[in-house]
Parts: sequence; structure tokens; C-alpha cells
Amino acid sequence: MNDLNARFRHGYPGFGLEVDVRLPARGVTAIFGPSGSGKTTLLRLIAGLERAAHGHLAVGDVVWQDTDTFVPTHERPLGYVFQDARLFPHLDVRRNLDYGLRRIPASSRRVSLDHVIDLLGIGHLMERKPDRLSGGERQRVAIARALAVSPRLLLLDEPLAALDQARKQEVLPYLERLHDSLEIPVLYVSHAIDEVVRLADHLLVLDAGRVAAQGSIVELMARAELRLSRDDGEGALIEASVAGHDETYQLTTVAFPGGRLTLPRQAREVGQQVRVRVLARDVSITLAAQTGTSIINILPARVTAITPAGASQCVVSLDLGGTALLARITRKSVDALGLKPGVAVHAQIKGVALVK
Amino acid sequence: MFAAANLDAILLTVRLASVVTVLLLLIGTPIAWWLANTRSRWKPPVEAIVALPIVLPPSVLGFYLLVAMGPHGPVGQVTQALGLGTLPFTFTGLVVASVFYSLPFVVQPIQNAFAAIGPGLLEAAATLRATPRDRFFTVALPLARPGFVTAAVLGFAHTVGEFGVVLMVGGNIPGQTRVVSVQIYDHVEALEYGQAHELAIVLMGFSFVTLFLLYAFNRRATMLST
Repeated sequence: MNDLNARFRHGYPGFGLEVDVRLPARGVTAIFGPSGSGKTTLLRLIAGLERAAHGHLAVGDVVWQDTDTFVPTHERPLGYVFQDARLFPHLDVRRNLDYGLRRIPASSRRVSLDHVIDLLGIGHLMERKPDRLSGGERQRVAIARALAVSPRLLLLDEPLAALDQARKQEVLPYLERLHDSLEIPVLYVSHAIDEVVRLADHLLVLDAGRVAAQGSIVELMARAELRLSRDDGEGALIEASVAGHDETYQLTTVAFPGGRLTLPRQAREVGQQVRVRVLARDVSITLAAQTGTSIINILPARVTAITPAGASQCVVSLDLGGTALLARITRKSVDALGLKPGVAVHAQIKGVALVK
Repeated sequence: MFAAANLDAILLTVRLASVVTVLLLLIGTPIAWWLANTRSRWKPPVEAIVALPIVLPPSVLGFYLLVAMGPHGPVGQVTQALGLGTLPFTFTGLVVASVFYSLPFVVQPIQNAFAAIGPGLLEAAATLRATPRDRFFTVALPLARPGFVTAAVLGFAHTVGEFGVVLMVGGNIPGQTRVVSVQIYDHVEALEYGQAHELAIVLMGFSFVTLFLLYAFNRRATMLST
């Protein structure tokens, strides 16, 4: 119903963007790729801040751009958060928030400003000028300002990239709350996989102006050949539900199709949906189930693919009965164990992180 | 305290500079906005034309304005056809000449102020539903305020200080075109040094105080914005 269909051909000397994508109407879609891959350009084209020479853009049934149609930015019902916040320096926080709110008709106000202020935790900042805010506060106000216009589509251009690590940790929880309380599609440009695995449901991978892959984040993160992480940081995501807690040892067990994992005690309710990340370098492979090991998480699996990774290592794709897992081991071990697609093995998992 | 003729000259000068400053802000703002935002190939020639009065001798500018506004010049033809007569040696003619002469002093500070805002905040305003016109009045204008103050002060002061163009286009008609600078010249020609001094010291003081206040304001504006 509210799918976003975008087809653009846009070129500068030395850089061309050519994409044809259909983005889902709900949830967060991360637009991911290295610097210069065209992520921000794609977002600006969708917002109408730049105009592609050739393009077709439609949200649901409404055409925003076509051969002879170009809806200007100020007539597109979207919210946009820039990397550098771009608050109006001559207005205090309240008037920054009011700026967009005053410009939409009362009939299209679906988001209450009080709710937005509460969601972003900026109630105590209302009288301040932007130059009296910290980087993290500025970015939260910018997000609130974009939400205040009741957008039908929210575009976020690396909202955390300009912040230091501590400020990122300050803003991220607000973005996660946003995800849970918004009913509109969100496009989130990022080059940081750690943010993406926490926030996104879908992933659009750009490389040199082309779509390298798109789909559900769980599916794409399990594809070793996409090399979504720098160096050896690849790891599969598993959607699971909390199965129970062990109060004696302070552990939590989560269940998913194909097995269970135990991790340090999490403050989650039994039955709650969670997402865990298992880094490939924390997974080792044995042919027979080991006993007498300190490793708690040992799961039967089947090899589905082996992807070389560097001169000495391989990433082995595993199937845990419907759930994918990656293991990074040496090429020597692959040969020694005789691993090839179809071989039944046991995956020993040393570390599991809850990301959502 | 002033001789009647000197007082007339002062009042006329203030009237001229006020009218010219208002006109310059109205004319200069759209030119400055266009220059700050355009990527047109016409930008360099337009900038050069606007800046011409800075380098040209006032007599050259005055000469061409005199010819253009004269009975046989293109502007003169139009004003005559409209039943307005010709503009040289009138207050109106002086206003027109002064607008050209002081244009760069108004356009350049405003253009620099607009350029310093950059496209970022205007884009943000566009994503918040502001039309181009709305963005200009609610974002660009308020943020360019220090540039406007500088422009108005320089435009006013520069008009007060002109001499060559006035002499060429306006002549020396009491109450019409005899501004302070021309009156001083008259006094010196007539060897009335005391009278000349009376006006000269006023101009001197005015110019110093104006520039001093301007620099003090700019210092404060810069400190506030950092």
C-alpha cells in the first residue's frame, strides 16, 4: 500500500547512481555501503533535494517524480534528518520544532508534539538555542523536528556519524524506541554495521552507485560473500524468543527454529522477541559433539557453503535447521575436517550478543 | 549654530542618503540573493558591473549617467516621453546616480551574508514544508541580518561621502543638489575656510562614528555566532 518504488539514473562526472528498488512500507530499511557508494545521494533524490535526470519515484499510488512530474521537496510528506542536524540557529528548540508543525494543515497532524518531545527526551531543552545543546541533544531535536510534521516517510542520513562513541550510545536507544512506536517506513543511511544490526529490518546494500543486494537483514547478514563487515567482523543474526532465565547462574536462554542459545542474563520477559548476533570468529566447528568443554552453546549444523576470506581463512556457512550461522576458521581446518556442503558438523559458539 | 546654507546642505544630504539607502536595500537584496545562489554563467559579468563604481573615477560614472539621462540619452527619452522631463540637475537624478554609485557597498555585504548561510539550512526548511519564498523570509533574511546592517550603514555613509558623481549629474543647485561635499567645495573656492571647516568637521565626525559603530557591531555579531 505504501511501498516506495524508486528508479533513478543520475550521473556526475566520475560517479553514477543507477538503482531500481522497491522498499517495504513498514519497518526500518538500512541503506548500507561504503563512503561514496551513493547512499546519501539516493536519500536526497528521494527527498527531492536533488533531481535525477532520469527517474521514477512513487510512494504508494502517489508519484513524486516521473518524466514530466517533479514534486518539490516542500510538498513531499516526508521527514528528513541530516547528518549535521541543521537546526535553525536563530530559533530556540521550541520554535525549531514548531517550524514544520505550523506549516502542515491541522488535518494531517497525526503525531502529537508532546508525544514526540517525550519520545526523544528533550522536554527540558525547549527554551535553549541550538548552540547551547550538545551534539547528541542537537540530533535528538532534529529527529523530533522531522517527526513533528507527521511524515509518511522518514529519511535519516547517518544521524549518528558526526557523534563520538558516547553520544552515539546516548542517541541509539531513542532511535530504537522510534522503531517500535512508528508506523511509517524509515530509510536509514549508515556505513556502520553495528548500528544497522540494532535498528534495521531490511537492508539495501549499495556499492559504487549500484544495488549490490537487498532483502531482510537476517538473510543478508548470513551471506558471507557480501562482505558487509570490515575485516573479520561478519556474523549472523538470529531472531529468537526468550525461553527462560537461570537465576542461579544469571543466564538467559533464547529459542529459535533449529536450537537454543544461552547468554548472560538479559532484562527481557519470557516470550519476548529478541535479535542476537553471533560473530563468525566466535564460532568453531567440530565433527563430533565435544564433551568436557567449557563452551555451553553447541549446536548440530550442516555446512551449506564455504567462502574463502583472505589467504589463510574461510567463512563457513552453516544451517542450524532453518537458521543460518557463519563460522570463520582456517583454510587448513576446512581441509583437515573435510568440510564441504552437506557435511554434518557441530558448531561451538563462544559468544552471543543481544542486539535488539 | 550652522549658517543657513550649510544647514540646508546637511538636511539635503541626509534626505538623499536616506532615500538612496532604502532604494538600495530594495534593489540590492534580490541582486545579492541571485548572486549568492546562482550557478549561471552570467554571474561574473553581473558581479563585475555591480563592482564597477569601486574602481571607476566618479567622473566617468557621472559622465555616462549624465549622457544617458540627458535629453538625447535612452533614459532621458523615456523620462521625457513619460512627461517627467530630464533628470540631470534634479534631486531625482541625484538619487538615480547615487543608487548606481553606492550599489556595490550594499550588494556585497548582503551577498556575503547570504552565501555564508549556505544551502544546508534552506534544505532543512524545505523538508519542513517551507516554500522557496517562505524559506527566504524565515531563514535567509533573519540569518543575514548582520549583512543588512553593514550594507545599510555603508550605503548611507558612502552616499553622504560622494562628490564627483554629484557634481557631474547634480550640479550645484541650492536645496536641490547642493549636498555637503559640494557645499564644502564652494566654500573653498570662495576662500570661506571657516565655513568649509564647519561642514568638513561634521562629515569627519560622522564618518568616524559610523564606521566605529559598524566595526563594533560586527565584532559583537561574530562573537555571538561562534
